[in-house]
Formats: sequence, C-alpha cells, structure tokens
Amino acid sequence: MLLEKLINATGISSREKEIRDLIREEIKDNVDEIYTDKMGNLIACKGKEKDGQKVMLAAHMDEVGLMITEITSDGLLKFQSVGGIDKRVLVSKPVLVGEDKMAGVIGAKAIHLQKKSERDKPIDFDNLYIDIGVNSKKEAEKYVELGDVAVFSSEYEELGNGRVIGKAFDDRVGCSIIAELTEYDFDMPVFYVFTVQEEVGLRGAGVAAFDIAPDIALVLEGTTAADVPENKEHRYSTSVGKGPALTLMDRTVIADKNILTGLIEVAEDNGIDYQFRRTDVGGNDAGAISLSREGVPSAVISLPCRYIHSPLSLIDLDDYSKMSRLVKLYLERLARKGI
Amino acid sequence: MNSKELIKELCETTAVTGHEANIVPLLKSAFEDYVDDFQIDKLGNFAAVKKGSSNKEDPPKILLAAHMDEIGLMVKKIDENGFIKFSTVGGIDPRTLPGQKVKVHGKESITGIIGAMPPHLLSAEDMDSKAYKLDELYVDTGYSEEELKQIISIGDVISMDRELLSLHNDYVSGKALDDRAGVLMMIEAAKELQRLNHEIDVYFVATVQEEIGIKGAITSTYDIFPDLGIAIDVCHGLMPGVNSSEASKMNEGPAIALGPQVHQDIFALLKDEASKRSIPYQIETNNSPFGTDAAGMQIARSGVATALISIPLRYMHTSVELISLNDVKYGAQLLASSIAAIDDEFLEGLRCY
Repeated sequence: MLLEKLINATGISSREKEIRDLIREEIKDNVDEIYTDKMGNLIACKGKEKDGQKVMLAAHMDEVGLMITEITSDGLLKFQSVGGIDKRVLVSKPVLVGEDKMAGVIGAKAIHLQKKSERDKPIDFDNLYIDIGVNSKKEAEKYVELGDVAVFSSEYEELGNGRVIGKAFDDRVGCSIIAELTEYDFDMPVFYVFTVQEEVGLRGAGVAAFDIAPDIALVLEGTTAADVPENKEHRYSTSVGKGPALTLMDRTVIADKNILTGLIEVAEDNGIDYQFRRTDVGGNDAGAISLSREGVPSAVISLPCRYIHSPLSLIDLDDYSKMSRLVKLYLERLARKGI
Repeated sequence: MNSKELIKELCETTAVTGHEANIVPLLKSAFEDYVDDFQIDKLGNFAAVKKGSSNKEDPPKILLAAHMDEIGLMVKKIDENGFIKFSTVGGIDPRTLPGQKVKVHGKESITGIIGAMPPHLLSAEDMDSKAYKLDELYVDTGYSEEELKQIISIGDVISMDRELLSLHNDYVSGKALDDRAGVLMMIEAAKELQRLNHEIDVYFVATVQEEIGIKGAITSTYDIFPDLGIAIDVCHGLMPGVNSSEASKMNEGPAIALGPQVHQDIFALLKDEASKRSIPYQIETNNSPFGTDAAGMQIARSGVATALISIPLRYMHTSVELISLNDVKYGAQLLASSIAAIDDEFLEGLRCY
C-alpha cells in the first residue's frame, strides 16, 4: 500500500528526496509528463492539450523533523526543529539520524534525580539532545555532520476499527491520494503536484503554481483533530471518523466559494460524509497557491489526524477512502461542468 | 544467542510489576544450560540454582538478585469515547509519555498510543511552561467504548511498546533495561561459572515487584536465606544536567557500590577481584541503604551480608533507557570470579567485626 510506504519513508523540509523518488516511481507510467523544478517540487501532468480548466492538485511531501546544530564534548547531538514541533513530544523517543538512518534516542533526566519544580515544566530544546551511543565528540564526528537531519522513528501500524498510526500523515495522506488519482483520466488538463518545504512556510507550492499557472487548485492536507478527552466539542476542530474536512477559512486562505459549493454538492449527492474544519488557525499550501500570479481559486480538503506533528499520529482509513472518493468525483464534475 | 540478541528478547518481553510470570519461560531457557535446578516461590520470584563443589551437608549459599519487573501503567477508566485513563505502576515521569506507543494487556494485547490535548489549543505561554500531567493523558486504541470493554478491564496493565535499539559501540537503548540488564548480567555470570570451580551454591534470583518497594527480594531472601547476597541493578549514568556525584560514567565498567547496605568484606572482595583480573570498575557511593534489592536482602531473617553491583544507565524510567553491554560483560566476569574466590574462611569472616 502506497500510504504505508510513504509513512515509513522519511523526508523533512528541503530533504524530500526519498519521498519524491518513491512517488515518481509509483506514478511515472500513469502520467504524460513528470518533472522536477529548481526547488525540488515534483510535478506530473495528464491531458495538457485538453480543453477545460487547468487543475492543480497539491500535497506536500515534507514532514517536520530536527536538524543537528551542535555536537557536545561528550558526543551528544544538540538540535533545533525544522517545522513546528511541540518540544513536549520529543522526550523518550527514538529518532533516525542522517541519510543512513542511524538510530539515536532523545532521553531525559531520570525522575529520581528531578526536583519537584523541574517536573512541572516541559524540557526545553536547550536541554534535549540525541544520544547515538558514542563516547566523545571526535567519535560522533565520524558519523554526523552539522546540518544533518533527524526524523521520528516510528512505523505505520493498524489499530482497532480501521484506525492507523504512524508519523507524517500530514501530508503523506495528500501525496498518497494524489498519486492514486493519476490512475484515472479526467477530461481536462490535470497537474499532480508534490510540493517541498510546506512545513517551514509554504515555500514550494507558490513556485510550482507560478510555473503551472492553473485555473483552479485543490490542496489535499492532513489537519489537526482535537476530538480528545478534556476538550469541549466546539474546540474539536475536526473529528476522526467523520469524513474529510473542508476548509472555509484559515490563516492563509479563504476557500473559493464555488469550489466549496461544488465539493459539498458532490459529497451530498453521493452520500459521502464530510465535515467543516471548525477553526481558523493553521495554514497550508493553498495560501501560497491562491496568491500566485493574478490569483488562483483554491480550496483545501483535509484528513483529520490526531496527535499531528508528533512521532505517532492517528487517522481513520475510512476517512481516507472518503476523501479520495470525494476528490475523484469532484474532478469528474469539474471536467463535466466546470467550476 | 549472543548477549545483544538476548537482551533484546529480555527487554521486549513484557513483565510489568506484579505481572512477571510472562518472562519466566524466557529465563528458564536462558539459564537451563548453566544451572542444576529452578524454583519459583509464592510471590513469583524465579531462582536458577547452580550447585557448588562443597561436599558439606548444608552447603553455603550466595544469592544474586536482579529484578525482572518493569514499570508500566494500569487501566483506571474507559470513557464513553473509548479513551483509556490510566495510573502508573512504579515511578514514571508523565512528561515522557505523550506520543508513546503502548500495549494494553486484556483478554488479548492491543496496541494504543498515549495522547494528550493538541498544542494548538493551548496558549503559547502554557505550551512553553506547562508540562503534561498524568490526568491529562490517555491511551487511544481506535476502539469504541463497547468494543474495548469486550477486551479490556479496569486493572489491566499497560506496557511501553518499544523495540530495543542497537546504537554505536556496545550501547543499546530501550525500555526495561532497568533491570533486565541485571538479569542479563546474572545469565552471563552463570555462563562464566561453567569454567570456574566454586564451592558455594549459587542462586540466581530474578525478583518480582522491585519497582513498587523491593517486595520480591524480601520474600526470596527469607526463603533461600543465603550466607551472602549481591544485588545487581542499574545506577544513573552520567549525562548533561546530572551531578557527577550522583551518577557513574558510561562504558567504564560496572559500579561497585559502597553504602550502608554493603558489607565491607564483600566490597573488598569485589574490588580485589576486579584489580586482580584487570576488570574495569568504578565506585558508586550511596548515602542511604534503600533503592535496590540489596536493601531487602540485608535485613531478611537474622541478617544477610550484602553488596551491590550497578550498571550505569542513562534516562532511567523512560522508554529509551541506555546502557553499554560492555559494562554488563565486565560485571558478569567480576561476579563469576568473585564467587569462585569465596571460601569458608571468607564466609566465617563475615560475622567478625
């Protein structure tokens, strides 16, 4: 299953190679053209010569991770985050360091040695480091260079009830759905775009959109689901198992009303569960794409993920297939009757 | 099986405090080639017995103790959306739990992850300054309340799901190295003893319930009542933020403890043997007798002469505890040669103050 492969592969912002290679291999025979641009976005297209509106489907390949910024005299690796990571999820986790995916762990001072006041506070980035099992800085330098990156070490796994866990569902779910959509033909030009550097400020998508100059863009994302204990329902943002989430507005974009109406009609006509993303925080590639050239009508369809940006997030595979079906049926409608 | 393979199996087997029976079959197979007998007491302590060469009717005995239990969690409540609230079994820093994969052991063992309120709902200040507390955390298994209640009951234990990782050199990292590393040291010592002559009968005891107050060491020492005992546990390994007076160096040999729980003669024996055999070691100073099985052994019945050998370990009670297997190997050599050096004169001397 492509999603599983994409989840277990690694690629933090600006180091998306493994993801790009995986997707390229997977879709190259389905598409008319496939190329990369100067930033590393992977762009594929079908039906370029066809009439109809030019559609850009976009999902980002990069995931949040860590960058090694210092090696201590003991051979421990200090790091900073690449993309937004809550420092509180890093403690007591294994990571993979560098291109060779060397094992390392982020530990913490033993509870026995902590003062009560320490226990009430999260451990700062300043006091976290990766231990790769070496005895000195010199020995560490044999294996690691400054600027090497580290990612969460966790594997895709199925839980009960069609729920799965893994890292980087944000946004490998989007990548996986778009890659699967290359198997179909739509009667219009379609660009399948896998972007870089979303997590560090929507850097790749705008460049790709300028190049393609689409008439309409659909961004497929993974978004926060906060349907968890101790939280009030109006603050859930999205709920796992209730279908794909449609964005009305976030910090970067107001969804195009016509696309949104079309998506809702398709969902309702076909009995596909959907929900609205019930928060205006956060943002994604649609922010950059919608402002490309003279503007691109854009919308965002997201898959709810609990514990996003952590070593293990959780999604519902039913949500995944509903999202995939909604996008496919909407594209068919778009080819048939336009926006 | 080499020691890296064995420690992987030992650590990845679940034996949360009070629920240790699961690991006993593995211990039996690891010890069986090196010992004469097994025994299990009423609390569940497991002893592998290797007879010595003494032909006395009532041969002298040494008890080695390493605890087989590991810290874990316990199901406290299943809520209406299928989330599991839990309490801790043993000392766990709640800050190490979010994002941790776990196994919930009910009628079957199911996988879950420990979740918490997403950060985007917290103020930036709270996110920066407030640690997750135990009652804010829960286990998410994907199942609904009804489905879950078919499998899981209140009181079921939850263990950390973490594979043992091999790092550089002989470092390994994972859960439950406290004190499966000690169990490994006993197994390796039993192996070392195959080629040495020892008069004394050796009881290798994997104790239960150390993590909630050294319970197993109390009953097993009462039962066996040895002439002397040596506890094998982990001590804090030196790392940033930890004072060198409360931690031992990694990869510089086992730490021989000196404190109120340690009989000076055994301490001297261990140190002499280490020097004689050029086994690297360090001294760990304890200002209190508590904290390991040695505390329970020392005051069993009319008293037992005890000592403590520790394996330096970083990140104690997290799921990424880290040790050097070299330290275990040297500890096993030290134990075996010290056991071989014990004679009647040494045993008689233990009472002479």
